[in-house]
Amino acid sequence: MTVPQTLAFCYLSLLWQREAITLSDLLRFVEEDHIPYINAFQHFPEQMKLYGRDRGIFGIESWPDYEDIYKKTIEVGTFLDLPRFPDITEDCYLHPNILCMKYLMEVNLPDEMHNLTCHVVKMTGMGEVDFLTFDPIAKMAKTVKYDVQAVAIIVVVLKLLFLLDDNLEWSLSNLAEKHNEKNKKDKPWFDFRKWYQIMKKAFDEKKQKWEEARAKYLWKSEKPLYYSFVDKPVAYKKREMVVNLQKQFSTLVDSTATAGKKSPSSFQFNWTEEDTDRTCFHGHSLQGVLKEKGQSLLTKNSLYWLSTQKFCRCYCTHVTTYEESNFSLSYQFILNLFSFLLRIKTSLLHEEVSLVEKKLFEKKYSVTKKKSRSKKARRH
Amino acid sequence: MLMGGRSSNFKPFVIGMSDFSEELKGPVTDDEVETSVLTGAGMHFPWLQTYVETVAIGGKRKKDFAQTTSACLSFVQEALLKHQWQQAAEYMYSYFQTLEDSDSYKRQAAPEIIWKLGSEILFYHPKSNVETFNTFADRMKNIGVMNYLKISLQHALYLLHHGMLEDAKRNLSEAETWRHGENTSSRGILINLIQAYKGLLQYYTWSKKKMELSKLDKDDYAYNAVAQDVFNHSWKTSANISALIKIPGVWDPFVKSYVEMLEFYGDRDGAQEVLTNYAYDEKFPSNPNAHIYLYNFLKRQKAPRSKMISVLKILYQIVPSHKLMLEFHTLLRKSEKEEHHKLGLEVLFGVLDFAGCTKNITAWKYLAKYLKKTLMGNHLAWVQDEWNSRKNWWPSFHFSYFWAKSDWKEDTALACEKAFVAGLLLGKGCRYFRYILKQDHQILGKKIKRMKRSVKKYSIVNPRLSY
Repeated sequence: MTVPQTLAFCYLSLLWQREAITLSDLLRFVEEDHIPYINAFQHFPEQMKLYGRDRGIFGIESWPDYEDIYKKTIEVGTFLDLPRFPDITEDCYLHPNILCMKYLMEVNLPDEMHNLTCHVVKMTGMGEVDFLTFDPIAKMAKTVKYDVQAVAIIVVVLKLLFLLDDNLEWSLSNLAEKHNEKNKKDKPWFDFRKWYQIMKKAFDEKKQKWEEARAKYLWKSEKPLYYSFVDKPVAYKKREMVVNLQKQFSTLVDSTATAGKKSPSSFQFNWTEEDTDRTCFHGHSLQGVLKEKGQSLLTKNSLYWLSTQKFCRCYCTHVTTYEESNFSLSYQFILNLFSFLLRIKTSLLHEEVSLVEKKLFEKKYSVTKKKSRSKKARRH
Repeated sequence: MLMGGRSSNFKPFVIGMSDFSEELKGPVTDDEVETSVLTGAGMHFPWLQTYVETVAIGGKRKKDFAQTTSACLSFVQEALLKHQWQQAAEYMYSYFQTLEDSDSYKRQAAPEIIWKLGSEILFYHPKSNVETFNTFADRMKNIGVMNYLKISLQHALYLLHHGMLEDAKRNLSEAETWRHGENTSSRGILINLIQAYKGLLQYYTWSKKKMELSKLDKDDYAYNAVAQDVFNHSWKTSANISALIKIPGVWDPFVKSYVEMLEFYGDRDGAQEVLTNYAYDEKFPSNPNAHIYLYNFLKRQKAPRSKMISVLKILYQIVPSHKLMLEFHTLLRKSEKEEHHKLGLEVLFGVLDFAGCTKNITAWKYLAKYLKKTLMGNHLAWVQDEWNSRKNWWPSFHFSYFWAKSDWKEDTALACEKAFVAGLLLGKGCRYFRYILKQDHQILGKKIKRMKRSVKKYSIVNPRLSY
């Protein structure tokens, strides 16, 4: 049993309890030092002596990786022969409807988009209890990557509304801008360009701070780990040296700069209506991108492009690959933004988006060369 | 926004109103292309790339520790480049943990990097002082045995920079006795450098005492004591410096001080040997200063002209624009050999080839006089030899109308000399010559008349020849 596996085990228990924490949240708390992981052994009682192989187990020098922990969750669950987990129903935090709402708020997108995400969830059958619930003893034990899937659904909805081909989204923004200027009193139309500018700025700032914090991260703890008793004095001496050097340099550093540690939060971005510096798009309307047709609304955009045309059938672990230069810059930006939020690789998110599209446009992927397929976005 | 190159991936289809049996606007793409394949550029698998990269480290993924510490290092370097000492210190604080890196290769390389960056920060940071630097240096010296000598030497230089000579000397003496570490050639040179710097400090004290001595009267009771003291110092210094200057390298300050001491004590042969070695030993890198020191020494010793000419000849080949070239020309001119006379002309032209010497009135004066002498002595061929390679660019370089105006405004004497040369080389029709002649010549009237006559007589542009 290793420390990553222990973390996977903790996640299993959270999943069993259906707690309002996703895997990406959990891993982010580990990265932000709210959960002991890197130097967990510091909290062990004095009598427990660690040496030899313990060094390999407890001397961790990497943060937990999403895919790695995800795989281990399934392994541990299967190994323990656990029964089917409690159902994930529509009122659960982990249900895509609720998670989509959470992420839409976090990324400052209009609330009206939520209707569309629910619609996609319904059409693809991703809201079904059987699909969402983890069943280790089923033939092919798998659990759903709730957070990645919710975000993938949002990406698909964005593609439906704006196409994201580096062209249509900007023309639609022009229309929205014109309308908003003329009608200042009405609910403003959602302007993709404005959203992009504000979001990009916030994203770049956050990412920069994140990179700086990571570069300054202190991996080694007060209690040095050593391999055998022979190494103990050397390890302690090195530690002493490092501490002395740090003490000397801390006098050079402005002490007010190091602010207190922030308490763990589920949201990384916060947007409020009262904040006049940064526009909050929650209340904006999607009227600019939808048009009425009889009883229902359709998207003005009638085109769509698939993230993956053909899925890989070989034995590798991935069903598709992601080569940035093949895709539009808007799509790249959206993927980068959401991957940063969840701290996952963009290729993983891209893969999930492709899988959602596969379910949505099922017939498009069928082997027979039937030409007709389309999708309708209907609002009740 | 730029539209990047798109692959066949990106074929949009219509999402229409009715159900799935509606006709599509375009054909479904037929190509059996694998996803994410660049059109026509072969196959590319990004996920494969990461695996390939891990092969070099034995199949293990790169640890986050390694990634964050290298990011930390680049932040420190960036802060140093931008002179943001505060920020650099912050990142340095986190960088110290590389001393505990589990990767032994990186752990061994850490002290040197930390010393280099940390000493830079402590040198410039406003809150740092000599105390902090000393503590830091002492700590870093004692991490492992590899860096002791290097850090000691740099520490001593730092102290020198802050004027703390005694402390620097003490440091160097301690370092001299260091016996640990590998016995490599670099260690040998470091020890020699340490001794030589110690020698240099001792030379400085010797020099001060020598000045004291010169102020004292010979009969003064303190004279002998001081003289003895001075002698002791010099003996120690020479022992320290002589080892270093045997090694090929550029040791100007050491050689200068050593030679000064040897000369003071009358050891002329020793001094000459050192200087000759320094200048002529092939193993030493080519150094114009070595020749300058040797030449000045020979001048002081009133050495024979032929010897001084041979020394300066080499300097002429290395640095033809040096101001000593004018002295060289004088030596050549006074010599009896004809080949020296020819070389003298070459040297003058060589000096004036360089932009830094264009306003050197001595050079122009010499050239004017010497050209006249050479032409009078029927050595037209020599002048033509030199002029052939220069006639394309000297006129616009030295004798343009612009220069005529500005030279005359700045320094009339210079302008006259230049005009004379111009007249001799380009004939009386050249712009420079004519411009100077046109000017008002109350003071230099006679000289100008003589100039005019000489030009007419000796100019290499023969007006009798017709084109």
